[in-house]
Amino acid sequence: MSKHDSEREGVSRRHALECMIWAGTGMVWTMAGGIPRSTMIGEARAAEAASFSFLQLSDSHIGFDKPANPDPTATLKEAIAKAAALPVKPAFMIHTGDITHLSRDKEFDDVAQMLSTTGLHGFYVPGEHDVIDEGTGKAYLDRYGTKETKGAGWYSFDHGGVHFIGLVNVLNLKAGGLGFLGEEQLAWLAADVESRPASTPIVVFAHVPLWTVYPEWGWGTDDGAKALALLKRFGSVTVLNGHIHQIVQKVEGNMTFHTARSTAFPQPGPGAAASPGPMKVPAEDLRKMLGLTSVSFVRGDKPLAVVDQTLAG
Amino acid sequence: MTGRFRGTARRASRRVIGAALLLVAVFAGVSWAQTPAANSAIVNIDNFAFTPAVLVVHLGTTVTWTNRDDIPHTVTEKKLTFRSKAIDSGEQFSRTFDLPGEIEYFCSLHPHMTGKIVVEP
Repeated sequence: MSKHDSEREGVSRRHALECMIWAGTGMVWTMAGGIPRSTMIGEARAAEAASFSFLQLSDSHIGFDKPANPDPTATLKEAIAKAAALPVKPAFMIHTGDITHLSRDKEFDDVAQMLSTTGLHGFYVPGEHDVIDEGTGKAYLDRYGTKETKGAGWYSFDHGGVHFIGLVNVLNLKAGGLGFLGEEQLAWLAADVESRPASTPIVVFAHVPLWTVYPEWGWGTDDGAKALALLKRFGSVTVLNGHIHQIVQKVEGNMTFHTARSTAFPQPGPGAAASPGPMKVPAEDLRKMLGLTSVSFVRGDKPLAVVDQTLAG
Repeated sequence: MTGRFRGTARRASRRVIGAALLLVAVFAGVSWAQTPAANSAIVNIDNFAFTPAVLVVHLGTTVTWTNRDDIPHTVTEKKLTFRSKAIDSGEQFSRTFDLPGEIEYFCSLHPHMTGKIVVEP
């Protein structure tokens, strides 16, 4: 990391964001005048400078009870406690899916009850574990469908000048395929962003990574590139996903991609195990591999600052 | 014989017969356990894979999928002509195949998991 020198002028935005990949936990990167500055999360400087921040939780898998974590309810509550301890209260919360483990009513009930203790309004998208009810997604829509949601539950909203888009890529999956959006959803997306100026910051969130992380394990979206092409013209696009239970990030042009940790159990790195199933780690290490994410928006032509923290410490 | 003795004799003979039947059943059971019945077959779901990936069976065979993963899976026919409920860890799903042909299926949660049943007449 010899190039990592925040004193040096003219550090490219791309390089600064690449540094974020190695930032680990508790470090906030913000941009001011094109020069990255880092502050420890406890200082709250970034949060004060931010116009607003929001929380991302993912993959709570309530209902799971296997060795990798017999009590995901406890770890979700710990994540909620960490969120409550953030220096500045997030404006709202986004859950990027696999809210439940088996789409059972009680699981949906339990999660809703726990998340209500955050005092935050929640925006949701389903994971594949949320749509395995008899109605193939009806249970999810009964809970989280609104008059704004379309189809299987996609929608958009605006907050603080940022346009948020929630996409559903876990239904109508094809044999041998990856995540899938479908033509109806893509047509909706095209219309949704058509008249927005390119200076509008975009945050798009979906359960399965919209970009190809590791296709051998299904970590990608068959027609994700079509969605990203519709967003390419915007000056700042942040893509938030879950599903893989670990952080993977990349920056491509004006797009920043980030996948979140789970609050339930870790999964192995790409190809590091026989399959992407729940990964058992020593009990003392579990919480280092679970976590939550804060995203801060600083008004101006700047990327959003994405900060991960684990449940450890 | 008095009635009581007759009853005892009957019970005793029933017990002998019962024991004999039990022995027959035990021996039969032992031989049955060593080879599955001709009209049933097994697919294991393990490490996000259907094993065997291609299973050849005869008409009328009941195939049972057993999930040995710590994650639920489903068995979903490629064109959605049938789909199982979510098969959680340790659970099973069975289907009897009454028509010859090739049935391609996948897991609707993890679609990169695919398999095929070849039903021969």
